[in-house]
Amino acid sequence: MAHNGKLKLGLYWAASCGGCEIAVVELREKILLLDEAAEILFWPVAMDFKVKDVEAMPDGHMDVCLFNGAIRTSENEHMAHLLRRKSKVLVAFGSCAYEGCIPGLANFFEKSSILRRVYLEVPTVENPEGIIPQPVTPVPEGEIEIPRFYNTVKTLGQVTDVDYFVPGCPPQPHQIWAVIEAILSGQLPPKGSVVGANEKTVCDECKRIREEKRIQKFYRYHEIIPDPERCLLEQGIICAGVATRGGCGALCPTVNQPCRGCYGPPPNVTDQGAALLSAVASVVDADTEEEAARIVGEILDPAGTFYRFSLPASTLHRARVE
Amino acid sequence: MAEQFEPRIIAFVCNWCTYTAADNAGVSRMEQPPNVDIIRVMCSGRIEPAFILKAFALGADGVIVSGCHPPGDCHYANGNFKTFRRMPLVEQLLAQFGIEKERFHWGWISGAEAVKWAQLTHEFTERIRALGPLNWSRQLESKEE
Repeated sequence: MAHNGKLKLGLYWAASCGGCEIAVVELREKILLLDEAAEILFWPVAMDFKVKDVEAMPDGHMDVCLFNGAIRTSENEHMAHLLRRKSKVLVAFGSCAYEGCIPGLANFFEKSSILRRVYLEVPTVENPEGIIPQPVTPVPEGEIEIPRFYNTVKTLGQVTDVDYFVPGCPPQPHQIWAVIEAILSGQLPPKGSVVGANEKTVCDECKRIREEKRIQKFYRYHEIIPDPERCLLEQGIICAGVATRGGCGALCPTVNQPCRGCYGPPPNVTDQGAALLSAVASVVDADTEEEAARIVGEILDPAGTFYRFSLPASTLHRARVE
Repeated sequence: MAEQFEPRIIAFVCNWCTYTAADNAGVSRMEQPPNVDIIRVMCSGRIEPAFILKAFALGADGVIVSGCHPPGDCHYANGNFKTFRRMPLVEQLLAQFGIEKERFHWGWISGAEAVKWAQLTHEFTERIRALGPLNWSRQLESKEE
């Protein structure tokens, strides 16, 4: 705690979209309560602090650091180690830090093809000299060094020791507030716990009517207007609710969109994609091998669909690219 | 001369059909390669896709899933239906992860088909030997980092 009795808090983003930061601001008027209770020592998105301010802190100076974003570059990893050292409690905040999330889908490719696509092939890019960023570039004045781009996206927990995990893309504001209250009251669960979420699946929070699941055809979102009352999976839309931890209040199914799986695997499941595959395939309405193969064969990009948020944290971590 | 590559193969087999076949093959003293490690489960419908991925992640070079012939052989009536609904999707998934389709075999062997089991273990082992090691953990080592 700071000399004024406030919690010393840091917030940082690594490879992320900024949505987790927006989610913190989405606390709305409660952000004033946060300001009353906490002294913010580092928050590059919202306040003017520099990395050297963090470097100058004694080790373990901050009480809590909420770290969002995946580990994509050497700079991300450097900051992860630095903030681990300077914080008593390090929280992997949001799906990217927890399990890799959308940036983690890059693990189906490798570094060279990603850089080629982004800097040379994208139709909106004009790069006649074919310049691809290099870690070190010689210039007349000397050498310019930029962070190295890793071949594999990693989660925060894969590069440093993490105390708590807050799932969600982004975490829901009421859950963020619950976590902050738990921190302030000192009522924290055992180290390594997933906090700010529930112990059951999204289906448990979903109000839709469930009957029998017998899928004869899978639809993509744009191919069907779903019945607003009935279970989306029963209608042939791949809804990840069955293999996703609850806590969001079944936000997407409530507005007629299938759950995409952003709260990660439910308790006791390590591989969300495999669990979702298992659940989706077993309700296919096919009594012959040929029929089953035809129906599941219509699922476009199964790996990307089932591992949309969790590829770096999954059993295989990445694809093998020769 | 370099040492011959000995593949490590994990076979998930159901208690009632394929395990019985494997047992019969042993009792009948049919020659089988020692490369195949059997994990017996009660039903092929119990074999979660996560088991297969974990086998590859922990060093298997090939994985076999085998149960009772559909439609009628399953001890639990339709457990093998779950198997044939899931495994084609597992095949697609493995392809996206860059694991050659030859490294994964799934199918049916009844308790009376000990010869078929012995043949499968031979053929599969040689197929994997020709492919070489998968060595999945190597994928995770950093490249150009």
